[in-house]
Amino acid sequence: MSDPLLRVENLVRRFGGILATDNLSLDVIPGELHAIIGPNGAGKTTLISQLTGQLMPNSGSISFGGRDVTRLPSYKRSRLGLARSFQITSLLPNFTAADNVALAAQAHDGHSFRFWGNARKEKHLRDAAHAALTRVGLGQRIDVPVSELSHGEQRELELAVALATKPQLLLLDEPMAGLGVTESARMVALLKELRKEVTIVLVEHDMEAVFALADRITVLVYGRVIASGDPAAIRSNEEVKRAYLGDQHVVVAHG
Amino acid sequence: MKSHINLRNVVVALVAAGLVLLPLYSQLSGNIFILTLFTRIIIFALAAASLNLIMGYGGMMSFGHAAYLGIGGYAVGILAHEGIGSGFIQWPVALAVSALYALVIGALSLRTRGVYFIMITLAFAQMAYYIASGMSRYGGDDGLTIYKRSTFGGLIDLSNRVQFYYLCLACLFGGIYLIWRIINSRFGMVVQGVRSNEQRMQAIGFHANRYRLVCFVISGTICGLAGALLANNTDFVSPAGMYWTRSGELMVMVVFGGMGSLFGPVIGAIFFLVLEEVLSQFTEYWALIMGPLLLLVVLFARGGIMGLLGRFSRV
Ligand SMILES: Nc1ncnc2c1ncn2[C@@H]1O[C@H](COP(=O)(O)OP(=O)(O)OP(=O)(O)O)[C@@H](O)[C@H]1O
Ligand SMILES: [Mg+2]
Repeated sequence: MSDPLLRVENLVRRFGGILATDNLSLDVIPGELHAIIGPNGAGKTTLISQLTGQLMPNSGSISFGGRDVTRLPSYKRSRLGLARSFQITSLLPNFTAADNVALAAQAHDGHSFRFWGNARKEKHLRDAAHAALTRVGLGQRIDVPVSELSHGEQRELELAVALATKPQLLLLDEPMAGLGVTESARMVALLKELRKEVTIVLVEHDMEAVFALADRITVLVYGRVIASGDPAAIRSNEEVKRAYLGDQHVVVAHG
Repeated sequence: MKSHINLRNVVVALVAAGLVLLPLYSQLSGNIFILTLFTRIIIFALAAASLNLIMGYGGMMSFGHAAYLGIGGYAVGILAHEGIGSGFIQWPVALAVSALYALVIGALSLRTRGVYFIMITLAFAQMAYYIASGMSRYGGDDGLTIYKRSTFGGLIDLSNRVQFYYLCLACLFGGIYLIWRIINSRFGMVVQGVRSNEQRMQAIGFHANRYRLVCFVISGTICGLAGALLANNTDFVSPAGMYWTRSGELMVMVVFGGMGSLFGPVIGAIFFLVLEEVLSQFTEYWALIMGPLLLLVVLFARGGIMGLLGRFSRV
């Protein structure tokens, strides 16, 4: 087995009395699509936020590409090649789709202490935005303000923004949340393409999508890993069945 | 293609032309008062424009912006008092000290957000106010009279009303042009992005506070220039000029004109100071009218006067 791209060791995060991340360890291998599943409140988003630095763990360590990033602020992790999408869409609402993506490209194109030239006229930033937007299927919606995009389009834009930072590891927090059937199918197709280029951690409630895409699956319950392995092993794991897969209501109710 | 001829732009063009031609009118009509009034308005417009940069575009509600007016003014006043009359020294010092103050205050207050940020900037400005009051060598509470306006080696005579007016106007237009370049630049995009969604900007790789801080310093420096102009205009600086009510007035001008609108602060300053002038001729309780007016703007015209004009343009 090759060296992990991401290694999480004994991560702990509390919210008051709640243990949202309970001594969690996890490896992500370069090139894999690693799905993380678990019922609502299992601590999936909390984990992603600690990986990208929006939240700091109480204890434990995170290393990325062999480098300890546990205490690194999120902007520095982004520069190292960690990118995420947010479960609850988090974009710049009063900017256009192209602006959102161009800013992500700009963030990775040297410092931004440039005060004079018009940023919207910088061709290579606009080209990068155009490419990422076309990729996710928003090629026709480039100059539309985010506030006028549909929910599904905003989900796609989330992904385009993450892609524009040219990540090594893409952390997607329920990219399919709230999408219709056709939109979901399009997203799955897109992820199938993307996984060839970039390592992906995918948090998702849509089991069909997860089992179609994942190389490995880690199951989280109450902040703990109860199982980790390839899809076949997870499907047949008794504890997983009991805790999660058997309870179809949780799965269905969310989407 | 969007048409550039709309009500808002027409008003802006008319106001700009009016400001350029005002001395001519003053000369022809013999109305000197209007020239003095508008010199003052233009200086405050510059200060308000600088505040708009951080408040409107950067989302930083500084409640201590009058401090820069005072610092810029005191730099001129103190140097003049000590026998250094050259504007080539006074003004760069005014800008540098304002920038330095902004850097320190910004570095401390940008750790906080929202109400705390407002309170901290206010507290620091009040501190500057008390420090100025305590400088007994420079007039203390009573302020400091400036006996001679800044000299620029014969290039321009600030004691000449018209020349001084045009200098102020040039500073205003120059300041607005600078701000316009900034908000459309890479830097400006980042600052506005951070205002819109800081978490998102951090997540895509921007060190938000660093950009905020630089924006804060640019704003303070521009306002320091307004302070140097104001001191020359009144031939006087005093602690009262940096009191929190003055900071509040600058905020009101920005809100009246329209936060985050390039020319809004100019409109806001004209509106506020002309109204104050007119109302105070009838009653000393002019603030009783200004207050409700502000309330109306905040409640019904979020974008201020510029926002209203924009709304009418779209029909
Ligand atoms: N900021 C917070 N403050 C307090 N408690 C929190 C906070 N964020 C998360 N929690 C709690 O931590 C636990 C894990 O939440 P988290 O959002 O990570 O779950 P999740 O697996 O992403 O759930 P979902 O599938 O609903 O998105 C929950 O009990 C939640 O209530
Ligand atoms: Mg979640």
